[in-house]
Amino acid sequence: MKKRWLVLVLLIIAALTLAACGGEEEATPTPQPTPTVEPTEEPTEEPTPEPTEEATEEPTEEATEEPEAEVTEEAEATEEAPEEAVAARAISLDIPEGETFRVAVVMPSTATDLAFSQSMATALAAIQDAVGEDRFEYAMSENLFVVDDAATALRDYASQGYDLVIAHGSQYGSSLQDIAPDFPDTAFAWGTTVNTFADEGITNVYAYEARSEQGGYVFGVMAAHLTQSNVIGVVGPIETGDAKLYIDGFVAGVKSVNPDIDPIVNYIQSFGDLALAAEAADAMLANGADVLTGTAQMVPGAIQKAKEAGALWFGTQANQTNLAPEIVVANQVYDWTVVLEDIINRVLAGQLGGEAYAITLANDGLRIEYNDAFDLPDEVRQAGEETADAIRSGDIDVMSQIETLLGEPAEASD
Amino acid sequence: MIDQLLDSSVLIGIAASGIRLATPYLYAAIGETFGQRSGVLNLGVEGIMLMGAFSGFWAVYHTGSLLAGVLIALLAGLLMGLGTAFINVTLKAEQGISGIGIYLFGLGLSDLLFQQSFDSVVTVNGFPRIHVPVLSRIPVLGEIFFQHNLLVYIAFGLVPVAWFVLNRTTLGLKIRAVGQNPQAADAMGISVARVRYFTVILGAMLAAIAGASLSIALLNVFQQNMTAGQGFIAVALVYFGSWRPFGVMAGALLFSTVNALQLWVRTKGIDIPAEYASMAPYLLTILALVLASQRVDQPAALTKPFERGE
Repeated sequence: MKKRWLVLVLLIIAALTLAACGGEEEATPTPQPTPTVEPTEEPTEEPTPEPTEEATEEPTEEATEEPEAEVTEEAEATEEAPEEAVAARAISLDIPEGETFRVAVVMPSTATDLAFSQSMATALAAIQDAVGEDRFEYAMSENLFVVDDAATALRDYASQGYDLVIAHGSQYGSSLQDIAPDFPDTAFAWGTTVNTFADEGITNVYAYEARSEQGGYVFGVMAAHLTQSNVIGVVGPIETGDAKLYIDGFVAGVKSVNPDIDPIVNYIQSFGDLALAAEAADAMLANGADVLTGTAQMVPGAIQKAKEAGALWFGTQANQTNLAPEIVVANQVYDWTVVLEDIINRVLAGQLGGEAYAITLANDGLRIEYNDAFDLPDEVRQAGEETADAIRSGDIDVMSQIETLLGEPAEASD
Repeated sequence: MIDQLLDSSVLIGIAASGIRLATPYLYAAIGETFGQRSGVLNLGVEGIMLMGAFSGFWAVYHTGSLLAGVLIALLAGLLMGLGTAFINVTLKAEQGISGIGIYLFGLGLSDLLFQQSFDSVVTVNGFPRIHVPVLSRIPVLGEIFFQHNLLVYIAFGLVPVAWFVLNRTTLGLKIRAVGQNPQAADAMGISVARVRYFTVILGAMLAAIAGASLSIALLNVFQQNMTAGQGFIAVALVYFGSWRPFGVMAGALLFSTVNALQLWVRTKGIDIPAEYASMAPYLLTILALVLASQRVDQPAALTKPFERGE
């Protein structure tokens, strides 16, 4: 009888090891070619004439095996909106010679989720690509949706002496509030949030958030121009955090163009149930929706349904074009390098926390990546780019737009 | 408000969506019914579904052949079932606990293999929707019942087959005997272990197809933990259906239709807080479980490992 317990214990150990390996295996090198690093050299020769451009562009293109579409996309964007490239510019870290900066991240889903966690993994890989593996190392723990497990991992990383420990999930806040004071010499970062715990007397936590409503608003404007049926659908997870921001921004964008369109918004109360997301999208499509968007890890289910029905899709958090190149119009991509670069430089200068960051369209932490394979009418693209420019310059304040266009009910529903 | 839902296109949408959503539950729960009828509770269905979903997806991605996807998923189910049966039947493990171990094993392994095989979420061309000739043209009924993918039809076709096997064949008699009174069955010369190995492996293979029905038919993507708890609901549906295939089907349809209904309610802009609407199918399942809990048909030897008496 003891035998069965032994086998059980072995089985559970095996299961846990496998789950853990899933994370670490991927964590170490991750040589994923990322679009973030490509424009590194480009902005510098912005004013320079053609010959140099040829020379520098070639190696960049060779280095990345990503679909060509993306490379050309970037190049195009640089021509059209010069300031867009400025922020996605060279990553420069003041890491002293011969030293290695070590970052650890704890995240709720996998680094390949095409969404929130992947955006952070991509940023870290981009930084490592830019400064070299010997100068910048990172470790990731994925799938820690159980907050207690995440807390253990955070504590473990801090005690291993990592220079910066990132809690990449708004649900990790209370754990971090406990842990950070125990490691006063370690810098922590927490997102997405604006709270650095400075009010609680904690000085070694940075905060970061994504102003995803900005891209949402731009997409809403474009969606309102693209829809023929005047029915637009949105699949959301739970009404909170950057998902709510994105969706509110999107709805406001639609209404700013055509107040008569009332997008169908369905929060399916799940971040992981692809089947439910698919059926939610199906219900919208059956109601005549011809443009859809959605946010969080379960959207691939909805994208498949949109693809079957030939409805258009706007992606957010990561570039989802490869899931349905025929119907994806554009993606809002999170680029955390903007935030990480500044945090790391401050940590190197001795400041361990206290700043709150946001990635925005203006600082290029949010990038709008169009799908070149999709034949987007010029005037729609122009409307989108003008809206984006107005948000960058501050002419449009999306938050106040949300307030006026969505009115009280949107606020009260929470 | 309610009249918005009584529109025929809405009712058709809800019914068709309910049938699609019921498919994975049906495979998994029918498979689990066989296991439980023979006295083995397999709580690891969720993990086996994930393995089936991954392996089917992997095979379709690499070969482009849907048949290969189904076969590889069946193979994955067979291996997982073999392991489950070994633990539960040969080693006589505590079934509630070992099931959780199997679930975690499937969850971890499918995720690990996915990360090793793919850089990111990708898609495949899965089973297309089949418009059954003639039948799909019938107004209303055609739209509800005859415009689904092949795996949906097979799932519903399995229900009468499962009923027939369990109630009208010698094999079914053996399965039920082993689940009700393994001592007596053993005395009659039936190998309890062999019957239970058979039912557990069959159940696991069906669970694997349940997973594949998501990854290569309904959604055509694989994602870590994509089954999102459906395997556990499937186990509950077996109790719900009192271990009868048709009861299980009724439970799966009820659960899925309420789920589809709540999606449509919000699509129609009816103002019910999303949290309550999402709870509805689960609350209903719990309620039905409580009300229908005479448990008259519960296999007497369920979860009890068989020990040959002295």
